[in-house]
Amino acid sequence: MTTAVEFQKVDIIFGEAPQREQALAMADQGASREEILSATGAVLGCAGADLQVDEGEIAVLMGLSGSGKSTLLRAVNRLNIPSRGNVLVRDGDGMVDVATCDARALRRIRQKSVAMVFQQFALLPWRTVEENVGFGLELAGVGAAERKARVRDQLALVGLDQWADKYAHELSGGMQQRVGLARAFATQAPILLMDEPFSALDPLIRTKLQDELLELQARLKKTIIFVSHDLEEALKIGNKITIMEGGRIVQTGAPEEIVLNPASDYVRDFIANVNPLSVLTAWNVMRDHRDLEHGEDGWVWLDRRRTTRFKIDTDGLVVAAERDGRPAIWTSCDYEENLPRDAPRVYWAKPGTSLKTVMLAMHRSQTAPVALFDEQSRFVGAIGIRDVLKAVVRR
Amino acid sequence: MENEQAWWDSLYTLATTKIPIGNWGRTFFDFLTTNFAWFFDSLASTIASALDAFTDGLLWFPPLALIALIAVLAYALQRSWKLALGTALGLLFILNQGLWEETVETVVLVVAAAVASMALGVPIGIWAAHHERAYTWLQPVLDLMQTLPTFVYLIPVLILFGLGVAPGVIVTVIFASPAPIRLTYLGIKSVPQPMLEAGEAFGATKRQLLWKVELPAALPTIMAGLTQCIMLCLSMVVIAALIGANGLGKPVVRALNSVNIPLGLEAGFAIVVLAIILDRMSRIRSGAVR
Repeated sequence: MTTAVEFQKVDIIFGEAPQREQALAMADQGASREEILSATGAVLGCAGADLQVDEGEIAVLMGLSGSGKSTLLRAVNRLNIPSRGNVLVRDGDGMVDVATCDARALRRIRQKSVAMVFQQFALLPWRTVEENVGFGLELAGVGAAERKARVRDQLALVGLDQWADKYAHELSGGMQQRVGLARAFATQAPILLMDEPFSALDPLIRTKLQDELLELQARLKKTIIFVSHDLEEALKIGNKITIMEGGRIVQTGAPEEIVLNPASDYVRDFIANVNPLSVLTAWNVMRDHRDLEHGEDGWVWLDRRRTTRFKIDTDGLVVAAERDGRPAIWTSCDYEENLPRDAPRVYWAKPGTSLKTVMLAMHRSQTAPVALFDEQSRFVGAIGIRDVLKAVVRR
Repeated sequence: MENEQAWWDSLYTLATTKIPIGNWGRTFFDFLTTNFAWFFDSLASTIASALDAFTDGLLWFPPLALIALIAVLAYALQRSWKLALGTALGLLFILNQGLWEETVETVVLVVAAAVASMALGVPIGIWAAHHERAYTWLQPVLDLMQTLPTFVYLIPVLILFGLGVAPGVIVTVIFASPAPIRLTYLGIKSVPQPMLEAGEAFGATKRQLLWKVELPAALPTIMAGLTQCIMLCLSMVVIAALIGANGLGKPVVRALNSVNIPLGLEAGFAIVVLAIILDRMSRIRSGAVR
C-alpha cells in the first residue's frame, strides 16, 4: 500500500503571527479552542493532526461543524496554510510537502495531483457546463481540442452529456454537483478532496450521488478524502473514518471498528444515532465455533438454548443439521430458494453479510440461529438471537 | 497666571491668523504652469484634435444615415427592436429641433470622457480591491472628487489647459471616474469566496484568477459602473460648456444668459433624450450574463 497523503503533526491556527505563536504553545499544552481564543484571540483550526491516507482509499473526516474537518482537508491543497507540521502529497513517484513547497510546485499539485469538489458546488455561473468541466484543464494550459474531448468523456461518465451547453443555474442541485465531480475528474488528478459535497442536496439525491460515487470509485480507484458530518454517509462510503472534535483527531479506524469500539463519549454520541444493522456484519457479532458447545460425534450446538445443532466433518463441512430434534435443511440467507414449506431450516451467512440480512433470516426461520460459513463453506461460527441483541443494544 | 496668558495668546493667534490653504494651492498651480506648461498644452491640444477629428468624422455622415447606424448599434447591443425604434425616434426629434451638431459633439465628449474614466477606474478599482489598506486611503480622495464643487477645480483646470473641449473632458473625468472605481472595487470584492477557492484549488495563477474568475464574476457590477459613469459624464455637459466645450451645454448656457425659455427647453429635452438612449444602450443585457 503506498501512501497518497500524509498529515504529520499539522497545526492550523487562524490569526496574526504573534498570536499564532502563543496559540501554538497553548495547543501543545492541550488547551481547548475556547481557551486559546479567549487568551490569544487566535482561532485553533486543528492541532496535532496525524493521519495517513493510502492510495485508492476513501478516507472520511467526520465531526460536528467546527471540529476542524474541513480545515484539515483544505490543508491538502493549501487553501488553508498549516502553521506547523507537514502535509505530504504524492506527486508522481515522490512526496511533496504542500505546507512548505514553492508556488510552482503547489500549482503543479493543484493542476495535476489534487482536485476538489465543493459543498456549494462553486461552479462559475457565466460558463456552460462544458466550460465549467474544462476549467481545470484550461488553467493547466491544455489545448482546446484535447480539452473538448476530455470534457466530453467526463460528462458521459457522470451522465450529463446532454447538458453540455446549459448554464449551471439551469440544472438541479444534484446535476450541478455532478458537474462539480466531472470538473474534478477531468484533471485526472489521482487525489480527490470532497468537502461535504452532498450536504446541500436533498436526502434522495444525496443517496443517489453516494451510490454513483462508489460506482465511479470502483472503476477509477482514486484516493478520496471526504469530509462529512453525517456518520451514516461516512460509514457507507468510507474505508477509513477519522473522527475529529474541537480541532483534534479523536479516533481513526475502519467503520465497524468505530461502531464497535468507540474511543470516547463524543464518538459514542455520534454513533448513538447510527443504525448498527447497516454497519455491522455477521462477522462482527458471531460466536466462534470454538466457543460453542460441542457434543459427541462432531455435533455442535449453534445456540445456548440447544434448539439447533450441526454435525461437522473433519474438513469443517456441515454434513447434517437438526432442529428441535428433527432433521433440518441448511441454506444461504442471501437468496430465497424454493424449499418445502414445512421442513425445518437453518440459514447460513458469509462473514461479510450485513446484520440486517442475518436478522431477516432469523425472522424467516422462526428465531433459529444463523450459521456462518467461510468462502470454502467451512463452518466458522454461529449467531444466536442473543448475540444480535447484544450487538444492537450494546451502546 | 502666566500659563493662562499664553493660552489666550495662542487662541488669539488662531482667531486672527488664517491658514493659507488658498495661497498654498495657488503656489502649487503656479509651479505647475511655469514648469509643466508644455506638458499640459500638448495634452490639451492632443485631446482637442482627437475629439475634433472624431466629431468631424461623425458629422461627415448624413444625419439620417448616422441615426440608422446608431439604431442598428442599439439593436446589436441589446437585441431589442423597441430600443432600436425608440433610439431612432429620439434622434429624429433632436434632428428636428436643429440640435444635431451639438448632439454629436456632446456624444463625442461623453463617450471620450466615459472611456477615459473606465480606462482609469477599472484598473484602479481592481488594484484597490486587492489592496484593502490602499482603499482606506483612496476612499477620501474619491469622496473629495465627487463632492468638491465642480466650479472649484474648474479654475485650476482652466489655468492649466485653457479654454475648450480638453478641460471639459478633464473635469468630466475627475467627476465621473469615482463611479467605476467604486463599482469595480465592489464587484471584485463581492466575488463569492467559493468561486475564488475553486480557481485556486485548480491551480490558477493570480492573473488567471483575475481574468477567468474575478472579472467575469464582477462584470455585471462593472457594467453598472459604466452606465453610471456615462450618466455622470452627461450631467457635466453644461459645466463643460461653461469652459468652452462645444455641445448641447452651449445652448443651455446661452438660454440661461438670455433668459430664453424655448431654447433652454429644446436643449434640455435633447439632453434628456440622449441620456435615456445612452443609458438603455449601455445597460447589461438581461439574461446575457448571469
